Amino acid sequence: MEMTANEKWISVHPIVLSMIAALGLTVKPEQIRCEKFEAASKHYLVRMGLFKVLQIVSAINIVEHEAAGRFIPITQIRTSDELTKFITEMIPLLHLESEQAKTLGYIVSELVRNVLEHAEAEHGAILCAQYYKKSNSIRIGIADTGLGIKKTMNRSWPATTDLEAIQLALTPGITGTTRREGGTEQNAGAGLFFIKSIASVNRDFFVIYSGNGFYKLLKKNPTKRLSLNADPFKDRHSIDDAMPYWQGTLVGVDITLDQTAEFSMLLKVIRETYSMAVKERKKAAFKKPRFI
Amino acid sequence: MKTIVIFNRAGAFAENKDTARDIRLKEIIPAFESHEDVILDFERVDAATQSFIHALISDLLRKYGSETLDRISFKSCNDTVQQIIRIVVDYMQEG
Repeated sequence: MEMTANEKWISVHPIVLSMIAALGLTVKPEQIRCEKFEAASKHYLVRMGLFKVLQIVSAINIVEHEAAGRFIPITQIRTSDELTKFITEMIPLLHLESEQAKTLGYIVSELVRNVLEHAEAEHGAILCAQYYKKSNSIRIGIADTGLGIKKTMNRSWPATTDLEAIQLALTPGITGTTRREGGTEQNAGAGLFFIKSIASVNRDFFVIYSGNGFYKLLKKNPTKRLSLNADPFKDRHSIDDAMPYWQGTLVGVDITLDQTAEFSMLLKVIRETYSMAVKERKKAAFKKPRFI
Repeated sequence: MKTIVIFNRAGAFAENKDTARDIRLKEIIPAFESHEDVILDFERVDAATQSFIHALISDLLRKYGSETLDRISFKSCNDTVQQIIRIVVDYMQEG
């Protein structure tokens, strides 16, 4: 693995850092070749813990400041208990208001649990987050190098492409663990739909990438009335089904803090959309009369 | 009547599904089997994920049907927790 960067600047979304770290963990540290970075912002990679996670020497010296309130460095989570510890200890460090902490905790918990339960990823979930003062937003990136969405969906659903699998995974009530409505005792198939809904209601950025498939929820016009869609392809979005193959899944979410909707209000809308989706799916499965 | 204090098991942010499963299997189901009603006390729980609530009650709704809702009371839930519980109860009954 070879790491290079622009000579003048380094500016990366946390999803990219998580992606590099996740990829780096699949090879031995001695197989990673890292060029001498010249950009003034090279320290950022050290501060986010990239070289530490990959166990390689960076040759970049920095004076470390307190991380509290600004970022969550690259973190590897492999067990359910590690996740609970992470949410309990790390998220309060960002000094968010109660509603915002709830939203962030919710997103991290559901996304990381997806990895731990479905991805069969040897290295678990890799995540990091950054607070941006100018836009008053938090950007989060979560990566794994596990089975990928298509393989996990194909356990119960016949998705033929990665993009089709992503569409299914974002639809409420669809889980790779069963075709049964309501899911299994441990899985409902609602996690990703909730995350996409949080991003959609807050008019935020949301991206998911697995295999060759890529889905991006586009920001909504603030003057337009908000509505949630059970089918992610009915939301304003962009897609690509010919991306370079990523073995596993990547998710990126931006939360703009000053417009984070009251979480309980958001849940009311989610409830209505979810209920409608289940009813429609049930109705679609009804036998139809035969007219001859 | 058996009271289960969720905060003592799952903390202020109830998200660990393994904990939810343990509460269901080790406490709620045995109480149901011995014809005891259950109070799930969410005092001091700020938020719960849909996954946590699903792991806590969905299998009860499947096994015992809507009678589950006659036998479980949800105490001291804030708006967020109430909404999550409503979502899970709705889709389990609609499905």
